[in-house]
Amino acid sequence: MKLKSIIIAAVKSIMKSRMRSLLTALGIIIGVAAVIVMVSIGEGAQRQVEQQIASLGSNLLIIFPGASNSGGVNRGAGSSNHFTLDDVTAIKDQAVYVKAVSPVVRTGAQVIGGVGNWNTQIYGVSPQYLEIRSWVLQTGEFFTDKDVVARTKVCIIGSEVKKNLFPNSDPIGELIRIRSVPFKVIGVLVEKGQSAMGANNDDLILAPSSSVLDRLSGGRHINFIQASAVTLAQIGQAQIELSGIMRAAHRLNAGEDDDFTIRNQADLTEAATATSKVLTLLLGSVAGVSLFVGGIGIMNIMLVSVTERTREIGIRLSIGARASDILVQFLTESIILSLAGGLIGIFLAFGIGLILNNYTSQPAVIQPGIVFISFLFSGAVGVFFGFYPARKAANLNPIDALRYE
Amino acid sequence: MSKVIIETKQLVKSYTIGDMEVRALKGVNLQIQEGEFVAIMGASGSGKSTFMNIIGCLDKPTSGEYLLDGVLTSKLDKNQYAEIRNHKIGFVFQGFNLLSRTTALENVELPLMYDRHRRISDPKQKAVEVLQRVGLGDRMDHVPNQLSGGQQQRVAIARALVNEPSLILADEPTGNLDSHTSIDVFGLFQKLNSEGITIVLVTHERDYANFAKRIVELRDGKIIRDQMIERPLIAEEEMKKLVKLEVEYEA
Ligand SMILES: Nc1ncnc2c1ncn2[C@@H]1O[C@H](COP(=O)(O)OP(=O)(O)O)[C@@H](O)[C@H]1O
Ligand SMILES: [Mg+2]
Repeated sequence: MKLKSIIIAAVKSIMKSRMRSLLTALGIIIGVAAVIVMVSIGEGAQRQVEQQIASLGSNLLIIFPGASNSGGVNRGAGSSNHFTLDDVTAIKDQAVYVKAVSPVVRTGAQVIGGVGNWNTQIYGVSPQYLEIRSWVLQTGEFFTDKDVVARTKVCIIGSEVKKNLFPNSDPIGELIRIRSVPFKVIGVLVEKGQSAMGANNDDLILAPSSSVLDRLSGGRHINFIQASAVTLAQIGQAQIELSGIMRAAHRLNAGEDDDFTIRNQADLTEAATATSKVLTLLLGSVAGVSLFVGGIGIMNIMLVSVTERTREIGIRLSIGARASDILVQFLTESIILSLAGGLIGIFLAFGIGLILNNYTSQPAVIQPGIVFISFLFSGAVGVFFGFYPARKAANLNPIDALRYE
Repeated sequence: MSKVIIETKQLVKSYTIGDMEVRALKGVNLQIQEGEFVAIMGASGSGKSTFMNIIGCLDKPTSGEYLLDGVLTSKLDKNQYAEIRNHKIGFVFQGFNLLSRTTALENVELPLMYDRHRRISDPKQKAVEVLQRVGLGDRMDHVPNQLSGGQQQRVAIARALVNEPSLILADEPTGNLDSHTSIDVFGLFQKLNSEGITIVLVTHERDYANFAKRIVELRDGKIIRDQMIERPLIAEEEMKKLVKLEVEYEA
């Protein structure tokens, strides 16, 4: 038979039992749509993370305690791994490629003040922290280097903290008790929304690092150091410079490994996208399983169809069809069925993508690659799952097939 | 001299069901010349269909030889069998065996679709021609369940003819038809035979067998009689007689 007449015959046969064909293809439709939507959601999430990290400020550098080969961020493993304010001072005094630097001492605490109490994160930082994060004050002012030296008990509160403690009043000048230690509120931060790393940048309190170390965290260890390079182009030089200063400050000999890890914004992006790539892969594979199940559905129906059409096969064989003709016929039917399902699935996925992008906060980025791959895959499903029933049909003996009731 | 088209030598076919062996054919020797019109008779279960299926290349014998046009069929492979079924033999079944939900025209065209050599250049035109030849020029777009039994059998005969075979085999082609239609169909076979096509058909009614030029009788898987008919009945005349009889009966 000519390819054209084979395809026409297959389409006719599919159209003879529309409902059954649709139900068969449904597995593929859902499978293909699921694969595309899942992967696109993963892609969308990845882009979102990238954007949020970019908004951190591209000049950002973070120095974590612990060697990078011991799993990157390693907090509090040995005392030599800790940073102290001396490290920050060293950077501040020596670095030329660094525009601003701040220690970060983080501790969670219960805060009492205003209309009630609230559990939040306290960040002990330097006055330059605001510049490093490119944050802006809504009201009041930030503390100064003098406050740091004097260990003044002043603080700046995030918008979430203000909402909870001072919903209707001006907090400036008010005293709040952080773990029973009174701090005076001198500023309120502008609301920023959820951050890429999952931390809520509005639910926090900033205070001088010295005050936090002294009165709250009870030690001299700081969690990490944040700095920003003078320009984006100088980020590499800044990194090298920081490394040298840190090694000197920690008195590391030439052969010794770093006991700290410096990460720039690109590293963070990479780490975050690596995570979301895994997520995309995971979502995609789950959806892939549903496509596979859809394929089994096709095989199921094709097997039923072979049995139902045994007489038809017998008739075709008796008038001179070869086994290969029957094989091609059934294979063509299952391929057309699954490709049609794939096509409908693609349309469905675009529809779902449109809804997601316009009516939800979960963006879906549909890339041509995944559309193409899942379409090819649906065709492969047709071949793979159509082959067994098709071969079963083709190997029938004409007289047995004709006698079949 | 005409040549031998079908020759069987000690043809045996046995079926095994469980541990029981049924011998459907027990050594059948038969020669059929080109241009003959042979009726095969015998009681139910005597092996007629088994024999037809083997000479129609739908089935293979357990032992013995079958030569078609002088070619030993046991030497052929599956695809060559398919090719013989496609254009050397036209097979007509008792149950018509048409594709349902498929028009008469498409049913008749089907064997041409499976012809790898494309001997017929315009399959559709050819199918139309053959349907007209069997008197169904006005029923081409009907599907089988819109046709009477006789019309369906005509479609089946048209399908058997479309690849211009030299041999038509029919297994009880009128088994499901009333006497009017049966005589009609036999008339068609006689016409085809007069055009040079060899015809071998099975019937268990002596009246119809007399339309053939030769009657072969089977019993228990063996030929028990093989006779030439001096003056076969002519379908057209028999039809006139039948109509007259019916008119008299009415009156
Ligand atoms: N597929 C089969 N399996 C087992 N036995 C069969 C089969 N086909 C035919 N037979 C047996 O072979 C014998 C001849 O059958 P068949 O050729 O159909 O006879 P007829 O057509 O003359 O009525 C019968 O006894 C029948 O039961
Ligand atoms: Mg029979």
